[in-house]
Amino acid sequence: MPSTAQTTTHEDLNIDLRNPGWAAFWAWLLPGAGHLYQRRHAKGILFLVCILGTYFFGLNLGGGHVVYASWRPNDKRWQYFCQLGVGAAALPALVQSRLVRNGEEPLFGGLMAPPRFVSGTDNQFELQRDELARWHLDYHAYFDLGTLFTMIAGLLNILAIYDAYAGPMIMPLERSSDKPPPNGPAGRPAT
Amino acid sequence: MWSLLATGETVNQVWYAIPLVIVVSLVYGATRHETIPGILVNAYHAATWIVSFMAVIFGILLVISWWV
Repeated sequence: MPSTAQTTTHEDLNIDLRNPGWAAFWAWLLPGAGHLYQRRHAKGILFLVCILGTYFFGLNLGGGHVVYASWRPNDKRWQYFCQLGVGAAALPALVQSRLVRNGEEPLFGGLMAPPRFVSGTDNQFELQRDELARWHLDYHAYFDLGTLFTMIAGLLNILAIYDAYAGPMIMPLERSSDKPPPNGPAGRPAT
Repeated sequence: MWSLLATGETVNQVWYAIPLVIVVSLVYGATRHETIPGILVNAYHAATWIVSFMAVIFGILLVISWWV
């Protein structure tokens, strides 16, 4: 296991990243879990609370409909790629998407299920059946706010995953200028 | 300016920026420091930058709204 030290002007870092690959995987699966695996408990809990709190707050804002997986002609939900950054918390959307695609009833009352019908037109008759339009009508701006919160949560977890894999990205001004650190980014020997 | 902030719906949506700024600042700070004091100091600076940036954008939009 790599275990090295890196000195900064105000923080003495001695970070054992254990297995960085596994840490990155755990960090993706559950925000903060990678850091907890590395016994970096304070940061693990900080990431867990901040990222999952943002994600579930956003999910709640949009009534559980803002996270769904769909790539149909009228409904290409590209935002899901960002939301997928939070890992397991966004994975039920894939199951729900598969169920809806097979014509089955989604689980959990439709939580994270894609809309059954999206018209993509201004036709009044079709709009009445358009479930995505109805969600926007029901939740107004909160649908977009919820989407934004969940996307940001996923993107923030990518930063956390990198931190679990490579350690904190110390700013150059904070490094000791007397001599360069003997190793690469915190905790891993330079190759 | 106050009419822009005074409508209830607008004020509600502006409040939602506060938790986002806090969370983004904390996570950003945590990717650059290992100890809680270092994280908090960096988060404070990051939050100041974000709010300042938002204020500048707000000012630009305000000036444009006066012109148009």
